[in-house]
Amino acid sequence: MTNHITTPAPFHRPWHDYLKFSTDHKVIGIQYLLMSFCFFLVAGLLAMIIRAELLTPQLDVVDRSLYNGLFTLHGTIMIFLWIFPANVGLANYLIPLMIGARDVAFPILNAIAFWLMPVVGVLLIGSFFLPTGTAQAGWWSYPPVSIQNPSGNFINGEFLWLLAVAISGVSSIMGGVNFVTTIWKLRAPGLTLLKMPVYVWTILSAQILQLFCLPALTGGAVMLLFDLSFGTTFFDPFNQGNPIIYQHLFWFYSHPAVYVMALPAFGVFSEILPVFARKPLFGYKTVAISSFLIAIQGTFVWVHHMFTSATPNWMRMFFMASTMLIAVPTGIKVLAWTATVWRGSLRLKTPMLFCLGGIIMFLFAGITGIMLASAPFDLHVNNTYFVVGHFHYVVFGTVTMAIYGAIYFWFPKMTGRMYNEAWGKLHFVLTFIGANLNFFPMHPIGLQGMLRRISSYDPQYTNWNVVASLGAFLLGMSTLPFIANLVASAFQGQRVGNNPWNSLGLEWTIPSPPPEENFVVIPTITKEPYGYDRPTDLTAEVTT
Amino acid sequence: MESGNHLPSPSPVEEQEPDNLGFGFPVFLLSESVVFLSFFITYTILRLTHKPWFPPGVDGLDVTRGAINTVVLVTSSGAIILAERALHRGQIRLFRLLWLATISLGIVFLFGQAAEWAGMPFGLDAGSVGGTFFLLTGFHGLHVFTGVCLLLYMYWRSLQPHNFDRGHEGVTAIALFWHFVDVIWIILFILLYLWPVN
Ligand code: HEM
Ligand SMILES: [Cu+2]
Repeated sequence: MTNHITTPAPFHRPWHDYLKFSTDHKVIGIQYLLMSFCFFLVAGLLAMIIRAELLTPQLDVVDRSLYNGLFTLHGTIMIFLWIFPANVGLANYLIPLMIGARDVAFPILNAIAFWLMPVVGVLLIGSFFLPTGTAQAGWWSYPPVSIQNPSGNFINGEFLWLLAVAISGVSSIMGGVNFVTTIWKLRAPGLTLLKMPVYVWTILSAQILQLFCLPALTGGAVMLLFDLSFGTTFFDPFNQGNPIIYQHLFWFYSHPAVYVMALPAFGVFSEILPVFARKPLFGYKTVAISSFLIAIQGTFVWVHHMFTSATPNWMRMFFMASTMLIAVPTGIKVLAWTATVWRGSLRLKTPMLFCLGGIIMFLFAGITGIMLASAPFDLHVNNTYFVVGHFHYVVFGTVTMAIYGAIYFWFPKMTGRMYNEAWGKLHFVLTFIGANLNFFPMHPIGLQGMLRRISSYDPQYTNWNVVASLGAFLLGMSTLPFIANLVASAFQGQRVGNNPWNSLGLEWTIPSPPPEENFVVIPTITKEPYGYDRPTDLTAEVTT
Repeated sequence: MESGNHLPSPSPVEEQEPDNLGFGFPVFLLSESVVFLSFFITYTILRLTHKPWFPPGVDGLDVTRGAINTVVLVTSSGAIILAERALHRGQIRLFRLLWLATISLGIVFLFGQAAEWAGMPFGLDAGSVGGTFFLLTGFHGLHVFTGVCLLLYMYWRSLQPHNFDRGHEGVTAIALFWHFVDVIWIILFILLYLWPVN
């Protein structure tokens, strides 16, 4: 039995529709994806300048303060304008389709939340053109460094940085309220919590984290802004203030933020693996609920970023233990994925490749993460490239790979057309090799003691740095086949039916691209997802 | 055919509007309270680690003034509860009256706070105490101000029956916001005014 080849897409939006204020969650989803990808390219470009500087031990490409600005903005843009909004874009597109809703709970709020993000981008990138330069205190913006204002100007890079972070916080809170309400109130009849796809579970968990933890960062950013510009001294150690409080507020959010980024990636893996292995997701309920456990546990580990911040020993012990416990629900997921692909008849299409690659890199990141969680080890490598290597295996190796996989997987749904498989595979190979060349060397040089955030280094570290830089340039190049493929395929790709992957997800039962309002009749859900072993299910009913 | 994951539903149950605002708004307020929590915690830690807390010559905030402000705000919260009840009983005129009372009390509170700020013996830059006092009361005052704006908007809507009759979900949300602001103030009052000076 073949899947339905439907009539050509019911409608095609002209490109300039994506520049307008729209309240359709599908348009907003694509707006988020396009915008965040542009910022990804910008931040990637900054990374390549950083890597060009680090190609040789000497300081020869940029000067020190520009270098500080480069890594500060690279990190900030990657986090706040690539990973977060790209995930939000995917979720925006997919959640209503996956839960059988016509739109999100608050469509106008959704649109406003999106249009705040370009403002954030303008503030951050615009700060390069300030006479005093961008923020230079790193993406964590620790005081007292961040509250120094040598130029004396009221409008300075740090000021714009804090404003940008606060605005992106407002946008994310709007998104959080919207997603949680949507998932809670708008599920189709019969779609109980334990019938929701894992992706929906991960978004729900991630957005609850967002709602509960992000305001702490906003509070910290407001106080920092006051310290910087209005003469208060909350975090000024020379004036009755306490900079450690800022670190707590920052990490109370920024650690959970890691899961806000990573949980959707786990969701993507859980959606894509069963389809290409033609097997049910192993231990669906456990995997679903473990997302929630990760979210809860994730709020009790933030001090593992502060083992060297005059943290008392009892606190170190507690947070060391709580961090290690996170390995349990995470391990459950990895086991479930492994069991899912185990002896499956794998179809190694591009989305599947990105998922497998992502999981492999995540395993590596998990191992270094557990190493870092042990305080005695962390005291040694803290602030070295080992840390940088670890989190790049997460944010790039895992999350960015998952986003790539997701884009390929749902591309036929979004456009009604198929991407080019050969180019997709080329993209995967370049990305996987580039990423490992780029980020693996950071571990050995970190162990040898090379500090992060430095623009020149001791010649003993040269070899590994050359490898890393070449990897970075390769990674930069790897985006070219991706862009070419998707742009060409969006316009000329082969037309496909509703469900080219033979997937059982609800989103595949409606036309591609989905019409306005998504469902003609809201479906009633009777079965759990992932029934890929039941032969009749291969012809998932089309309810339009 | 009895296959497929998702069966088309025979009866469109969907059409009844779910109460999104009734769920989403409390969620938002929970989230918002974490911002206040971050301020409260910062204040508490700073105050515990710095003695004396107040600058020389200042012994504490004006408790009487703070208490009056508290009474004003708590009363307004009561008024808004009564207003909601009146609305449920369909007594629109009484609703408007009580709603106006809430607005007035909110404005009285704002004036009270402005007067207190004007007479403060220390400024924003008076070490930790200045920063925390003005930030906490200012951020709360901003919420009262927002609340007053929302209240005024709803009052204006209530004057246009054709507008108002279609539904007043917003009323519950605004009332909830007002109670939230009230509770935050009570915590603030305890932390800032009643914490004994030593
Ligand atoms: C695409 C290739 C990438 C390259 C070549 C790259 C390279 C680098 C380099 C060289 C640094 C500076 C380290 C230092 O001097 O201390 C850095 C920092 C950082 N990167 Fe990346 N990166 C890449 C992708 C990403 C992605 C996808 C993210 C996603 C969130 C990311 C997030 C960060 C953050 C947050 C920092 C700041 C770390 C800190 O100092 O606290 N990077 N990266
Ligand atoms: Cu962490």
